Amino acid sequence: MVTRYFGEPIKRNEDPRLLTGRGTFVDDIRPPGLLHAALLRSPFAHARILSIRTEKARSLPGVVAVYTHADLPPVLQEPLPKLIPHPALVHHKTQYALAPEKVRHVGEPVAIVIAESRYIAEDAIDLIEVDYDPLPPVVDLEQAIQPGAPLVHEDIGTNVCAHYTQRVGNVEEAFAKATHVFTERFVIDRGTAAPMECRGVVAQWEPKMRQLTVWDSTQAPIPIRNGLARLFGLPQANVRVIAPDIGGGFGPKIMMFYPEEVLVPFAAMELQRPVKWIEDRLENFVAMNQEREQIHEAAIAVDGEGRILGVKTVFLYDAGAYIPYGLIVPIVASTTLPGPYKIPNYHCEFKAVFTNKTIVSPYRGAGRPHGVFVMERLMDRVARELNLDRAEVRRRNFIQPDEFPYDVGLIYQDNAPLIYDSGNYPACLDKALEMIGYDRWPSERERYRREGRSVGLGLACYVEGSGIGPYEGCRVTVEPSGKVYAATSVGTQGQGHFTSFAQIIADILSVPVEDVTITTGDSGAFGWGTGTFASRAAVVAGNAVALAAQAVREKALRVAATLLEARVEDLELRDGRVYVRGVPGRSLSLGEIAVAANPLRGTIPEEWEQPGLEATRYFAPPRGTFASGVHAAILEVDIHTGMIQILKYVVVHDCGRIINPMILDGQIRGGVAQGIGGAFYEKLVYDETGQLLTRTFMDYLIPTAMEIPEVEIAHVETPSPLNPLGVKGAGEAGVIPVPAVFASAIDDALAEFGVRITEMPLSPDRLLEIIRGARGRGGGASP
Amino acid sequence: MKPAPFQYAAPETVEESLALLRAFGEEGKVLAGGQSLVPLLNMRLARPSVLIDLNRVRELSYIRDEGMTVAIGAMTRQRAVELSGLVRERLPLLAEAVRYIGHPQIRNRGTIGGSLAHADPAAELPVVALVLGAQLVIRGPKGTRSLRPEEFFVSYLRTALEPEELLVEVRFPAHRAYGTAYLEVARRHGDYALVGVAAMVRMEGERCAEARLGFTGVGPVPVRLPEVEEAVAGRHLDDATLAEVGRIVADRLEPQSDIHASAAYRREVAGVLAGRALRLAAARFKGGEGG
Repeated sequence: MVTRYFGEPIKRNEDPRLLTGRGTFVDDIRPPGLLHAALLRSPFAHARILSIRTEKARSLPGVVAVYTHADLPPVLQEPLPKLIPHPALVHHKTQYALAPEKVRHVGEPVAIVIAESRYIAEDAIDLIEVDYDPLPPVVDLEQAIQPGAPLVHEDIGTNVCAHYTQRVGNVEEAFAKATHVFTERFVIDRGTAAPMECRGVVAQWEPKMRQLTVWDSTQAPIPIRNGLARLFGLPQANVRVIAPDIGGGFGPKIMMFYPEEVLVPFAAMELQRPVKWIEDRLENFVAMNQEREQIHEAAIAVDGEGRILGVKTVFLYDAGAYIPYGLIVPIVASTTLPGPYKIPNYHCEFKAVFTNKTIVSPYRGAGRPHGVFVMERLMDRVARELNLDRAEVRRRNFIQPDEFPYDVGLIYQDNAPLIYDSGNYPACLDKALEMIGYDRWPSERERYRREGRSVGLGLACYVEGSGIGPYEGCRVTVEPSGKVYAATSVGTQGQGHFTSFAQIIADILSVPVEDVTITTGDSGAFGWGTGTFASRAAVVAGNAVALAAQAVREKALRVAATLLEARVEDLELRDGRVYVRGVPGRSLSLGEIAVAANPLRGTIPEEWEQPGLEATRYFAPPRGTFASGVHAAILEVDIHTGMIQILKYVVVHDCGRIINPMILDGQIRGGVAQGIGGAFYEKLVYDETGQLLTRTFMDYLIPTAMEIPEVEIAHVETPSPLNPLGVKGAGEAGVIPVPAVFASAIDDALAEFGVRITEMPLSPDRLLEIIRGARGRGGGASP
Repeated sequence: MKPAPFQYAAPETVEESLALLRAFGEEGKVLAGGQSLVPLLNMRLARPSVLIDLNRVRELSYIRDEGMTVAIGAMTRQRAVELSGLVRERLPLLAEAVRYIGHPQIRNRGTIGGSLAHADPAAELPVVALVLGAQLVIRGPKGTRSLRPEEFFVSYLRTALEPEELLVEVRFPAHRAYGTAYLEVARRHGDYALVGVAAMVRMEGERCAEARLGFTGVGPVPVRLPEVEEAVAGRHLDDATLAEVGRIVADRLEPQSDIHASAAYRREVAGVLAGRALRLAAARFKGGEGG
């Protein structure tokens, strides 16, 4: 195969459409006769619903229907389906479509209004009268596990829904024998993914055809289709779910079902008119799942040379009011923590805890940033306490390139053993150190000090699970025009699949990449799959795409062999034509072969297997593939205001073979930006009554282009042996180590004060408080 | 996020606008650039019966040279002020501060009068008006009156404007005899500042002959601190003086805590910024820049 597109930074096929406003997002779907939905959401974090009166709302002109829990059919009165059960998850409580007798977080849906316009629907919301009996809420994660804490779910008698431990070796023995043991408490606070496009659902029911069509801003259209068919008792063929253009997913849109995803189709079927619900930003802040809140009590045991003997973390995971998505986030945190290091003895233990806050499910990183923060902070601590170089401590503990596959000894989120497939951690570190100017740093640091500036260098290493199963599929078709059409059901939320998948196919079928059209995320086009999450689309769907294209290529050669009366071995595919080697005049285009393979008379020879130039293939990896990377940064702290400035940021990343380096670098830059948000700006603040105080972008601060520095990126390519393309995932690569990198840099910048950063995010106020506290403990003079 | 129903009026003259205000009184709400009001409408936190949109009132959009005074019409866009050569030359403090308002997209819509009448104490324009000694010209049923910022700003988001009155013009005395500086600490570029400081100094040799200092984000209205201004008069702006400035500022200001910064942070950083702003303003005075 001559590579023409794979590995090239070609421009994205989808961008002209998206950049000129010709995308089709859920809100662009406007069937005739469309009705609009608005939801009444709980203003209380915890309350009993005594009564709901909807008469006034129903009588408002333009209102078509109002539904409360009592108005729903039995199947929608049940808790919504449990996703991803786990033996340790003993209380798998899931959310309701509309709250029955009790609300458990601010923003929980209580009623839905369907009206002729969204304006009227919102006017009607104002007219619904709900009698609440407020209950004491449990908001603080640590208070939630105290005896006597208010119970989010009274029937289970506790707020702890899971308690799970994984162990490697014998940590107690290792700690007892160690030369040094260092312990630390780490706190990561809540954030939200804040996609540019909030959620949205449009549903249309055609009663004569009994056909339900749903446009949903989901990352997982096929599971949504399957679930809706089951809930409404329809054959899967009668339900079509389309995830059209989506303005960012980042994890929360993988959740199913959000209440609106069942309520809107229900209303459309009931009313026999199409219904639209578009989540506004005020709703999104309380109604879209959140993440990140964890508190770790961690310890590391090392010998006199800084070699790791054991690591232990015991942590709390805030699940919010329900736990539909199971234990994925805390398991990912536990299993990401060991990173690129050989840790002979490891103990990770967590409790998943209900609180009266919005539901938690994976958000880009999904526990990986926590694991990396804990581990890398511990490594910096070892370096500082033993007076060793930070890079050297890491180097001494790295898994070496010749030690793969490397079995970490844990069970990963896909229930498979955590086995790293390949990697070259020393090469990544060396490259990052070179890019950040590590050798020059001691003298640079001195120069800054002489200028009275507090500037520090930070670094962090990480390994990221990606590309987990179960499977994805793809159907590739060469059309009579010779152009290629491929359909896969993974959704696309900006990852560039229309281009990267086309690159894979164009090489295999030897056609121009512009001639390859990709459809993603439409159950009507391809009905099998799970979704885009866990940095898996390029790995799992990408390889299915390659397998299908390869099958079509073989079929084209088989058909051409018959038509050209030649042996397959004597044929070659080049520039979209099949040639008989050594006979220049004898060739057929792929289009001609496609026409011949689908005749109007005659028959299909047995060796053609099926009509047309088309093949469907699936890729089902037994376990995930593990990418890795090193980030480093130089950062300045104004010790009088607590303000920070990022002077330099470098990323070295290894995701195996690269399909499109431009798309990859874009993924990484976006991730770093989100990581910077999580380090310094983005924090969901709840008050003690469970009210979210940061409900607009005036108060929940996502960094703008002004806050994001240039990010210099380099790659190391260690192919994965687990898939034909040799690729690994990269969707979360940018965000994972960012908090750890900045904590490391701040420690370095403020080393004179003895500052040790153990929490994220950090506001200028909090940073100044930490500096003041360190100075109060006698940490150094003003630098 | 759809507003509750309201009636909409779009007058084209000040007279028409005043007539509408008279007709609707407290039921009416004036729409200028909409950068604060429209979100409040969409969140249903503001529910006026009538929206009186001033965007067609062309006669309120101007920047006029009146000798020792620069007069700016209330509907003048912040971006126009930012780009005005006259403002840069005569009112460098205003020119510097206006760039801290949001982002260019916001300043393209936001107006001078809208920001002042909104009276957010964290905003830039109120403190600039205060430090420069601007006059706020108001028209109403009883004619025209003019207020000093100390009289105009009453409390958080409250001004001395009566329901039937309209802010029509701001008159800034040109400040060529001073060096000025505007500094602020905001979480992100373009955010409302946690603390902002506007400084204005006149130097005599190495000594500060006269200083004015105004603060944003530290109380219900923009704040001037006469104690600090007196303390630096006649002094060298050296480390000792500025440390004293920091102490007095931290001692006298009574800011509130919110989710973005504590009162203690605001006090401390206000003192730091005050010192930095005084030093920068003095350097500009000596450099002839902003003087």
